[in-house]
Amino acid sequence: MTRAGALYRAGRALRGLAPFASILLLVFIGALPFPVPGLSPVMPALTVIAVYYWSIYRPDLLPLVATFFIGLVQDAIQGTPLGMSALVLLLVQGTVVSQRRFFRGKTFLVEWWGFMLVAPVAALIGWLLISAHAGTIVVPRPLGVRLVLTFAAYPCLSWLLGRFQHRLLRGT
Amino acid sequence: MVTGAGGSVRRLTEPIKGWLQRFALALLVAAAIGLMILGKADTGFVERLRITLTDAAAPVMGVLSRPIVTMTAVIESARNLIDLRAENARLREENARLKQWYGVAMGLERQNQSLRGLLNFIPGPEPTYVSARVISDAGGAFVRTVVLNAGGRDGVRGGQAVVDGDGFIGRIVEVGRRSARVLLITDLNARIPVVVEATRTPAILAGDNSDRPTLTFVPANARIDAGQRIVTSGQGGMLPPGLPVGVVASVEDGLIEVRPFVDWHRLEYVRVLDFALPGVLPSTRVAGAVGPL
Repeated sequence: MTRAGALYRAGRALRGLAPFASILLLVFIGALPFPVPGLSPVMPALTVIAVYYWSIYRPDLLPLVATFFIGLVQDAIQGTPLGMSALVLLLVQGTVVSQRRFFRGKTFLVEWWGFMLVAPVAALIGWLLISAHAGTIVVPRPLGVRLVLTFAAYPCLSWLLGRFQHRLLRGT
Repeated sequence: MVTGAGGSVRRLTEPIKGWLQRFALALLVAAAIGLMILGKADTGFVERLRITLTDAAAPVMGVLSRPIVTMTAVIESARNLIDLRAENARLREENARLKQWYGVAMGLERQNQSLRGLLNFIPGPEPTYVSARVISDAGGAFVRTVVLNAGGRDGVRGGQAVVDGDGFIGRIVEVGRRSARVLLITDLNARIPVVVEATRTPAILAGDNSDRPTLTFVPANARIDAGQRIVTSGQGGMLPPGLPVGVVASVEDGLIEVRPFVDWHRLEYVRVLDFALPGVLPSTRVAGAVGPL
């Protein structure tokens, strides 16, 4: 093999990390201390959006172990029980990958509608896990607002991820 | 021929691949649940894993949050420029008022000193502090914590009080090498011994994940009114006494809500107070001292 060939393969392998890297970046961005009043409790679930997106478009580049690790990092940063986000994200990925044939080649509206089914279930599971862990029913105060913001963030974020995918992952 | 062989191999491997995928998913889901249970059982392993992950992420969060600090500063200065005149007038007025207060305070200070001299009063310890920047404010709908960019190597220890310019914000609950987590007073798990400043009525400030923590364990005959200031009591020796916490916002049917002084969305730089009560030895030294006796 030539050197150019080796470089090309290395570049391709690195680009294969793009989905993982993009979700990890969203973990960090979602946890930043934005100076917006009341934002923190209703911050859209950016990682759920990204895991949903990549599970539809490039599930081959997002191994389950990567999702598990991303979930752990998110739990560590947010201070939620370690394993909670990992479990929620894995369930999202498992569900979407198993239904992938349904989404293939459908319009964006179908994709968005699918997300509106998945995201509330993910939020509900997260809430149940937190309550079980705390041993009491945690009042899910801003959960509704957070869900609406997550729905609203989907088109924007999936468009960005689409550009990202188009740029980096063409041909891999 | 070759294609046919490849096709048949694929026909064979596809179901195995699918089965492996499902097995991996089940395994990882079980691992996540196991971690949650382990964490609940309070083993040191999960705690250490969490601290290691937070510590590893701290430098990245530190860099990513820098533009936000700059952005806030720019917005703030732009806003200041806009109402410079009004602000100037307000500050002049405030300055005049503060000068009066300064006179009063100096008089009281002198009087206090002479009274302390008369009573042979032993002053409490003066806390030293570490300044730190908030690099993460997350937790979604369920947890109220922030992460600081200072940790064990900077002198931050578990249990220390954290304040910003407005007042008490919470306590250190986790310490890594270069990061630490603060449990805010609004978190569901936060319980802070406080007193009503004017009447010295003791109570416990209990967070419930809303912006308004409530006062619990208030003595039965105590009277608490809206507008009264709440400060830390220092009971238990864990926190310095007298740190401003908030004001009583409302008293309805025995539910006493407190509005904290802290502006939650403006948490940028905070101070971690090192409050070492004299006579309270670190547990290791106590254990060592018990040995030879």
